[in-house]
Amino acid sequence: MKTASYFRSYRLVPYVFILPFLVSFCAFYLYPLIGTTFMSFQKILPGQTHYIGLENYRRMFSPDFARALSVSFQYTVYTILLLIPVPAFLAVLLNSGIKRLNSLYRAAFFIPSLVSVVVAGTVFRLMFAASGRAVVNSMLALLGSKPVDWILGGAWQAMALMVLVAVWRWTGVNIVYFMSGLQAIPADLYEAAEIDGAGAGRRLFSITLPLLKPTIVFVTTISIFGGFSMFEESYIFWQGVSPNNVGLTMVGLIYQKGFQLGDLGIASSIGLVLMLIVFALALAQLELFGFFRREDR
Amino acid sequence: MTAASSRRAALPELAKYLVLGIFVIAFLFPIFALIAASFRPGRDLMRYGISFGTLLPDRLDPKNFAELATSRDGVYLAWFKNSAILTALQAGLALVLSSFVGYGLGVYRFRGRNLVFILVLAVMLVPLQILILPLYKLMSAIGFMNSYAGVVAPFVVSPFAIFFFRQYSLGIPKDYLDAGRIDGLGEFRIFFLLTAPLMAPAFGAMAILMSQQAWNSFLWPLIVMRTGNMFPLTIGLNSLLTPYGNNYDMLIAGSCAASVPIIIVFFFFQRFFISGLSAGGIKG
Repeated sequence: MKTASYFRSYRLVPYVFILPFLVSFCAFYLYPLIGTTFMSFQKILPGQTHYIGLENYRRMFSPDFARALSVSFQYTVYTILLLIPVPAFLAVLLNSGIKRLNSLYRAAFFIPSLVSVVVAGTVFRLMFAASGRAVVNSMLALLGSKPVDWILGGAWQAMALMVLVAVWRWTGVNIVYFMSGLQAIPADLYEAAEIDGAGAGRRLFSITLPLLKPTIVFVTTISIFGGFSMFEESYIFWQGVSPNNVGLTMVGLIYQKGFQLGDLGIASSIGLVLMLIVFALALAQLELFGFFRREDR
Repeated sequence: MTAASSRRAALPELAKYLVLGIFVIAFLFPIFALIAASFRPGRDLMRYGISFGTLLPDRLDPKNFAELATSRDGVYLAWFKNSAILTALQAGLALVLSSFVGYGLGVYRFRGRNLVFILVLAVMLVPLQILILPLYKLMSAIGFMNSYAGVVAPFVVSPFAIFFFRQYSLGIPKDYLDAGRIDGLGEFRIFFLLTAPLMAPAFGAMAILMSQQAWNSFLWPLIVMRTGNMFPLTIGLNSLLTPYGNNYDMLIAGSCAASVPIIIVFFFFQRFFISGLSAGGIKG
């Protein structure tokens, strides 16, 4: 039983446990990352590939690039502005009161996130149909508005659709994050505050929000990554071709250049630039929240 | 609490549940609309979208559902089968392999441990969408295109799940491991027999997330799967939207049926969900 005793020496065992990660890391992250870096300096045609230096990086700054960057940026900003306060508010409401009812409500909010984005797109495309009889337009008619062509009407309509689908699908997930953040706040803090005569509003702003800060930072970070890597919410409405590119996102642009136009070189350089933008924004956001500062009080 | 103060508390409670109720209705409305529309003929939806008439139908016609099995030679059933196989493979492997790695990082001290953990965190920050081109070239090179293996391979080890299982296994008392060793169990048996059962809530929470991701994944199968009979549900349903008109008969009933399995999985593992997530330290 030589192998058994070797395993018991613990020298090899941990490495066997982490082996799956090392394999997958090398094959599906490191190798592609190096590959995409090389490709970004190459002109790639079927059968022949040659080095062209920074040419791809020069060529990539087109009006399409500006459009895609602006759509992705706006989408990220709007989703953050909605997907932090709304779920935080709902989580605070769900954190006290009748337990059974709360977990039922929480499950209800979570259901949209289980539904595929294609299914979400189908329902939203029908609810937001251009016809004056469709649900959303008939509700708008009650407010005296003319029917809106949400899908083909223009830039703000397109952005509203994508953001609404995101809010619908992700509110439930963010509620879960905020609830686990809330449950980490010790109950005696609230009791002490109540004894000191702090009202509900005071408790919210002096205890709940400051102690939720790590959760807010976490959700903001994943929203930046999610927002800039968004593709599906746009693809389901326009299949990659939207009028005046109102639905063109950064990943949509990579897909278009790489898979539809076959220009792998430029698609790679866009991908790398996108990664740098996302890193820079995430770091700036963490700095803004004081994540890197020492808490010395 | 005195009777007076509990009465004083009752009014805000009522207002709170009223507000929550309005939100819940708004969030469930599209689900309700989806179900109602699936009983309607596709050409009505084509013309007017989902109208209030769709929501309050005079009769429910299950024709769309019946035709899912037969129209276009039953291709919907093939999509359903593909989604089921892909989800079982991807979520199953991701749970086993990621828990393995996360546990290894959580309970053992060894040379290189911190480096590996930093790599896990770094990988969580690289959106896979950026790597689709080189991954696509890799899959073509090794002959994985248009296959289950090609769709699943990049996702069988999930960095997020590794992180989660690591946090969770940090809380396992060392005494458990030592007790197993005294009983003569090897390290792998200790994992499978003693510690994995202790991590049941973590497995429950991750089972929901991993199945949800696999069942609903879109961009990567869109690239890998080339022929209609290999599509998962997401890509298959999306292919019904064409410039020549959308096949709403199949699309809407198909969307409905496609959402049922994942909702069942959710309710099955639900009780682990919040407790698992909080204990795993996803607090930011």
